[in-house]
Amino acid sequence: MSWITARRRHPAAGYAVVVLGLVLVGVVYAAIAGYGASAAGLPPGSSAQEVAQGRELFEVSCATCHGLNAEGTARGPSLIGVGAAAVDFQVSTGRMPAKTMGAQVPQKPPTLDAAQTHALATYVASLGGGPPVPAAAQVSPAGANVGLGQQIFVAECAQCHNFSGAGGALTYGKYAPALTSATPTQIYEAMLTGPQSMPVFNDTTIPPSEKRDIIRYITQTRSEPNPGGFSLGRVGPVTEGLVGWLAGIGLLILAAMWITAKQREQ
Amino acid sequence: MTDQDDHFDGPRGDRASRKRTGIARRRVIGTPSPATRHLLGDDGAGDRPSAVTKPRELPADLPNPERAKRVERVVALCFTISVLASLAFVASYVIFPIHSIDKVLKSNLGLGLSMTVALLALGVGATIWVRHLMPQVELTEARKPLASPEQDRAAFRETFTEGAEASQFVKRPLVRRTLLAASVALGIAPLVLLRDLGPLPRKQLDYTAWKKGTRLVVFGSNNPITPAEFSTPGGIITVIPEGTAGDLEALAKAAVLIIKFRPEELLPPTVLNWTVDGIVAYSKICTHVGCPAALYEHTTHHILCPCHQSTFDAQRGAKVIFGPAPRALPQLPITIDAAGYLVAQSDFHEPVGPSFWELG
Repeated sequence: MSWITARRRHPAAGYAVVVLGLVLVGVVYAAIAGYGASAAGLPPGSSAQEVAQGRELFEVSCATCHGLNAEGTARGPSLIGVGAAAVDFQVSTGRMPAKTMGAQVPQKPPTLDAAQTHALATYVASLGGGPPVPAAAQVSPAGANVGLGQQIFVAECAQCHNFSGAGGALTYGKYAPALTSATPTQIYEAMLTGPQSMPVFNDTTIPPSEKRDIIRYITQTRSEPNPGGFSLGRVGPVTEGLVGWLAGIGLLILAAMWITAKQREQ
Repeated sequence: MTDQDDHFDGPRGDRASRKRTGIARRRVIGTPSPATRHLLGDDGAGDRPSAVTKPRELPADLPNPERAKRVERVVALCFTISVLASLAFVASYVIFPIHSIDKVLKSNLGLGLSMTVALLALGVGATIWVRHLMPQVELTEARKPLASPEQDRAAFRETFTEGAEASQFVKRPLVRRTLLAASVALGIAPLVLLRDLGPLPRKQLDYTAWKKGTRLVVFGSNNPITPAEFSTPGGIITVIPEGTAGDLEALAKAAVLIIKFRPEELLPPTVLNWTVDGIVAYSKICTHVGCPAALYEHTTHHILCPCHQSTFDAQRGAKVIFGPAPRALPQLPITIDAAGYLVAQSDFHEPVGPSFWELG
């Protein structure tokens, strides 16, 4: 230890101690914090290789609007902190990558497959924060309380998405999409991340169990029978009135014309 | 009276001619009896049976007997279908139980369909009958004066005057006046029943179930909520006063939306003292006609009412930016209590829901 004692009055010694201290603190912190903030939202089973693959996909498909480092541009928002759930929702429903800019990005057949989506979500999650993709058990409607689900759906969701999930119009060309083809995972992710105009319903406001109740209500409503045999889009009085007026009253008018028409000369 | 059956020659065609020769006197079910024959349109002259046929000039027979026969069969088929459908109605009532919603659907379908067919077949048959078997003749009937003969009117006048005299109504003013007074009093008396149309609303429209310190609980789960739990910008949730779950009278006025902003996003005329860390609370009841205005777009901060498209800017005190709503959604003053939960500072400072005339 004599070399330390010999050099402790060296002009650089003070700096060396400070540097050593900083390194020590950093190492200890990293050890205590375990996985850092950037790793918190990583999907399970992801690897550095997948992050790299995701970054490649991102640069090809997303960077034009969201920026090379997902920092956002005038055309698209920053994706730092949105999390894997948001990416999985947007890409698996085909909304992203978007083809054109407009009031609302429409749903379309997804352009990336499941593995690519996973890689992309892993990369975006690696940029920091955000909710992860929920596990299958977390979104399963099995055993959920459909009654409570309906109560919450009617209070929080039905005003935009319609009481049966048929969707509806919003302002300036925006709209709430139909929920008829959304998977339980996508419904959960949408509530969690608030895509496009949709507000966010985070897990502390509507706890996961209630989200499962809502998912159960949405999925179970799809298979409910339609009284009268036709769904008519399940949008309520609009189509029902249209059919009533055009078909019902049309038939009555035709019948009235037939009854009162002058008979041909025989 | 030998020609009594003859006026049915035309409409009934060849069958009537058989009737005339063979069983001429037998009355067919559903046809008028010979005794009432004169009601069919002779002009009050019951002893002139030929008057029915002569001025009307009903055609002697249908020009095409084979066609008539065909039409007759079609009509009979329609009526038979109606009979079967009515039987099917009874059958579907018996067959389909109504213990579950699926069975009720089937029951409704069976009952409705059979009843429809029964009525429709009857109507279609009757229409075909009228159009193709009955003679197509336009009839004109002269309208008689509606007034009674002068003789009857004079008699009525005389009787009325006599009665008025005999009753002494004119001669005895005391009786007359007290009778009038009694009538008026009796007419006024029921007016007090109008009071039963209900108590006046008084101040009920001016206050809601929110009070100082009432916790905001999430609708559905009825859990109170802290700002830390409701921390994601762009979040929205429906809250109600604690303890009012199931009380529809209270909820009709007290439903509230809380919306989470980044604190710097909230702009006047939002009352910032009534918000907590960017969380602002607005009445969920539209100020137009009281629909739940809750279509919230977190990108534009617009709250849209689905009934008449009234649009409110949640960022700026929920002021009206489009549509028929006359005033902004009232803002509920909120704060946090000792336990950290969101609570109301007080009730709303203005009435919620549709505007009414006393509102000024």
